[in-house]
Order: sequence, then structure tokens, then C-alpha cells
Amino acid sequence: MATLHTRSAARLMIAPSVLLLLAWMIVPLALTIYFSLLRYNLLMPGMEEFAGLTNYTYFLTDPAFFQAIFNTLAIVIGVLFITVVGGIALALLLDQQMFGQGIVRILVIAPFLIMPTVAALVWKNMFMNPVNGLFAWLAKLVGLQPFDFLANAPLFSIILIVAWQWLPFATLILLTALQSLDEEQKEAAQMDGAGAWSRFVYLVLPHLSRAITVVILIQTIFLLSVFAEILVTTNGGPGTQSTNLTFLVYAQALLQFDVGGASAGGIIAVILANIVAFFLMRMIGKTLEA
Amino acid sequence: MARNVSTQRKLLTTVVAWTIAILIFFPILWTFLTSFKTEAQAIASPPVFLFFDWTTENYFEVQSRSDYFKHFMNSVVVSFGSTLLGLVIAIPSAWAMAFAPTKRTKDVLMWMLSTKMMPPVGVLVPMYLIFRNTGLLDTRTGLVIVLTLINLPIIIWMLYTYFKEIPGEILEAARMDGASLAKEIVYVLTPMAIPGIASTLLLNIILAWNEAFWTLNLSAAKAAPLTAFIASYSSPEGLFYAKLSAASTMAIAPILILGWFSQKQLVRGLTFGAVK
Repeated sequence: MATLHTRSAARLMIAPSVLLLLAWMIVPLALTIYFSLLRYNLLMPGMEEFAGLTNYTYFLTDPAFFQAIFNTLAIVIGVLFITVVGGIALALLLDQQMFGQGIVRILVIAPFLIMPTVAALVWKNMFMNPVNGLFAWLAKLVGLQPFDFLANAPLFSIILIVAWQWLPFATLILLTALQSLDEEQKEAAQMDGAGAWSRFVYLVLPHLSRAITVVILIQTIFLLSVFAEILVTTNGGPGTQSTNLTFLVYAQALLQFDVGGASAGGIIAVILANIVAFFLMRMIGKTLEA
Repeated sequence: MARNVSTQRKLLTTVVAWTIAILIFFPILWTFLTSFKTEAQAIASPPVFLFFDWTTENYFEVQSRSDYFKHFMNSVVVSFGSTLLGLVIAIPSAWAMAFAPTKRTKDVLMWMLSTKMMPPVGVLVPMYLIFRNTGLLDTRTGLVIVLTLINLPIIIWMLYTYFKEIPGEILEAARMDGASLAKEIVYVLTPMAIPGIASTLLLNIILAWNEAFWTLNLSAAKAAPLTAFIASYSSPEGLFYAKLSAASTMAIAPILILGWFSQKQLVRGLTFGAVK
């Protein structure tokens, strides 16, 4: 079918994308590796020298690093848990017959379309602020002390904000998958006397497994790199309580101008992402092939 | 197909679903309402919901104080620019992979997807330095380049899944009738591919508009799009809730409207065609 002519034309057409992405993959990453082996601070130009693995030992023995790894994983797992469980529940609800379904869908999707800096600032100021926030007002209404969310539970608050942004994504994808479930199958199961719970466990959940896997994969990619929400709410603090790996590297590079140290951190982030991706791909490979 | 559920049950579902939907949407609604209040009303306790003196003053204030429109235009240029540039690069590639697949096409596609797995922070330092040394830091051009690169895999994947659905026989028929490759693309493929290209365009404008890692790190006062502009509100000075709300409303409204129109494509694009 494809002649020699079209085949070489095809190659020519793919080339720009492949070359661009290849350059984008290799050039900066090679530079990061190179910088990570140098003692290089922007405040001391001309003082660059080879430092071996010093940057790595420095980074890996920094207590902030372990806090950052913990926080990174906590954000990923916390948000995944809320969005997947909440997303399944919401998708099941939205799949029912109701009045005004279209509008309900639109309202539920909305948070996903909000830019991260807006979402985080709105939550920080208008909801979580211990003096003027709506939560403080609600707390006072029922006779409780207002709670300073971002000072006393910074990580939890950030997880909450990020989960709010991603819940619509999970819901939308799971709902789309749910709607492709054969109605007759459900009816057949019902006629065979399967209750709502067993229909959910044996029919709906297996049908959703592919979509759930996709949700987990895509969200993990983005959640490993949560940044803007931390920057505008807590700035990583108090201390390093809400600093994740992305934020730690950012602070090292653009606040302390330590190019070498930040590059080492960046490489560690890449390795971590690859480990996660490896397990995810294996897990997903199984479901996607089925 | 249509199951009949009792009206009672339908009413109950309606009430529950609407309540939850409004709760989820509430922060956006609240921002919208607050943007029309005075600063004093914005922090009033108990909060005022609908019965306040509506004012549009905040919108003018945001514009005159911080040149909102400049940042808005930055967002427009950066998101449209990167999306269009991405489409120009991606359309030929996706076309070739969809209609002249080789043994390696699947691998190339998977590899492209895998570039999205690289955490941006892994290349933050060199990108920052390259941008600084080439004068791209805090320019629209620089942001367009980076956003094109990070969204290119998604654009290619989306286009690929759309092109895949165009029957190849039609192209062959055109070829038999003596159409050249160029004619084939212009007269046969393009009209059929336009809906897919339009969806890809929409989704990528949304993604680029909301991108908040590179825009925050590689722009400052001059080229800052709305993501970075809004971030400047994180260190408040005095009463600012109403102004923050006005700025936020203007920043999210265009994309909210675009997004509502492209719900269906959203799913497909974001899952690389894995869920339709």
C-alpha cells in the first residue's frame, strides 16, 4: 500500500517532531547531569569547578530532602485516594437519571479548568484564612476556634486544594467509561438477582479498571510535579513542612542560586519519576492489554 | 435502553447531585460574587451572599493598578502561539503515522508519551540558564517555545487518534484518481480532519493557558501571563479579596467557557485517546 515515495515522505514529516522532542529530552537533561557534578553558584561566577558527587551527598543527607520525598509521595497518594474514590462515587451518581444533568456536569467539571494559581489563592484567602475565610466563619458559627489551615496543616491543605482541582478530571473520565457499559448487561445482572453492591463489585468496577488505571497514570505524572499551589500558598513552609521535591529544587536554584545542588536534586527527581513510571507502566500494561 | 426509574428516585438523585455539584462549584461562584463587592463587604462577617451593592469598580481598579490587559494579552499570545506552532509541527507527523504506519510507529508514539514523564524540575536549571544567556528569559517567544515543546506529545497523540478514524480507503481513492500528495492533504484529508484538529486546538489552548510551572519560572514583569500575574497576589497588601476575585474571574472566565464547549474532547485528549 505505502509506496517507497510515500514512505520517505512520511519519514520527512515525522522528522521535525522527533528531532525537536529528542533535543528537548537530551540537551537540557545532559546539561543538568553536567551541572550536577560541578560546584557552581550563580552568585560566584567564574568559580565553577568539578566537584564529583559532592552535590549528591549534600542533597541526599539534607534533612529537607527526606521531608521533600515524603511530602511528594504524600501529595501523590493523598490526592489519588481522594480523587479516585470520590471520582467513582461522583461518576456513579452522575450516571443516574436526573433533572438538569448537563448543568450538573458543567458545574462539576469547572474546577479542572481553573489555573492553579487562581485555585490556590482563592482557597488560601477566601476559605482557609483563619480570620476572614469562610471556614473560619463556619467554625465560629458552630462554636469552634477557627483553624489556621495553612499554618497548622499545610500539607493537608495543599492536598485538599490539589484534590479539588483533579476530582473533576477523575470524575469525567470515569463517567465516560461508565457510559460505555452495556445497559443490557446491567439489566441481566439485575434480573439474575444481583444486588446493587455485587453489581458494582463484579460488573461496574472491572469495567472501570482501565479508566481507573489511566486516571492514576496521568494524575501521577502531574502530581509528582505540583508546584504553583505550593508557591502561592505556603512557599514550602512553615519550615519545609510543605516542600515537595519540585519545590525544593526550585528553591535551591532560583532562591539560593546553587546551580550544582539544584541540578543534583533535579536528577534525583528524574530518577524518582522513572521509578514510579516503571511500576505504573507495568501495572498499566497489564490492564491496558486486557 | 431507557430504563424507567420512579419519579421519586429521580427527584432524590437530582437533589443529591445538585447539592454536591454546587458545593464543588462553590469556590468559583464565591470568587465571582466577591469580585462585585466592595473590599469591606468581601470580608464581612457573616458573609453576604447576594444582597450587597453590586459594583464593577474592582475590575477597573485591577486594570488601572496593574495593567491587567497586558498580562491577558501575554496569555493569549503564549497559549495561541504555542498551540498553533505545535499544530504546524504535529499535523504532518500525526498524518504520516496514521496513514503510513511502519513497524516502529507504535514505539515512536510511546516514546513521545514517555517524554511527558520527565519531571519539569529535572531540566529547570539548564532551561533557566539557556534562557538567561540567550535573552529569552521573560519574553513571549521563550514561553511559546517551551510550551510548544511540553505540549507537542499531547498534540501528536490527539491528532493521531483522530486521523486514525479517517478511513484510509478514501485517500486511496483520491490517489487512484490521480491526486498528488499535496492535493490529497488539502482537498481530502483536511476537511475530514478539521473537527479533530479543532478539538486538539481547544484542549491545548486550555492546557497552555493554565500551565503554571514554566510560566512562573521563566517570566517576570514583562512577559508574565495571567498565571504568573495572579501569583503576584500571594503577598497581599491591605484589603484585596475583591480585587483578587476580579482578577481571578477575568483570568478563568475565557477558559471556563472554552472548556465547557469541549468537555468530550477533554477526556480524549487528556487520556491520549485511551478513554473515549
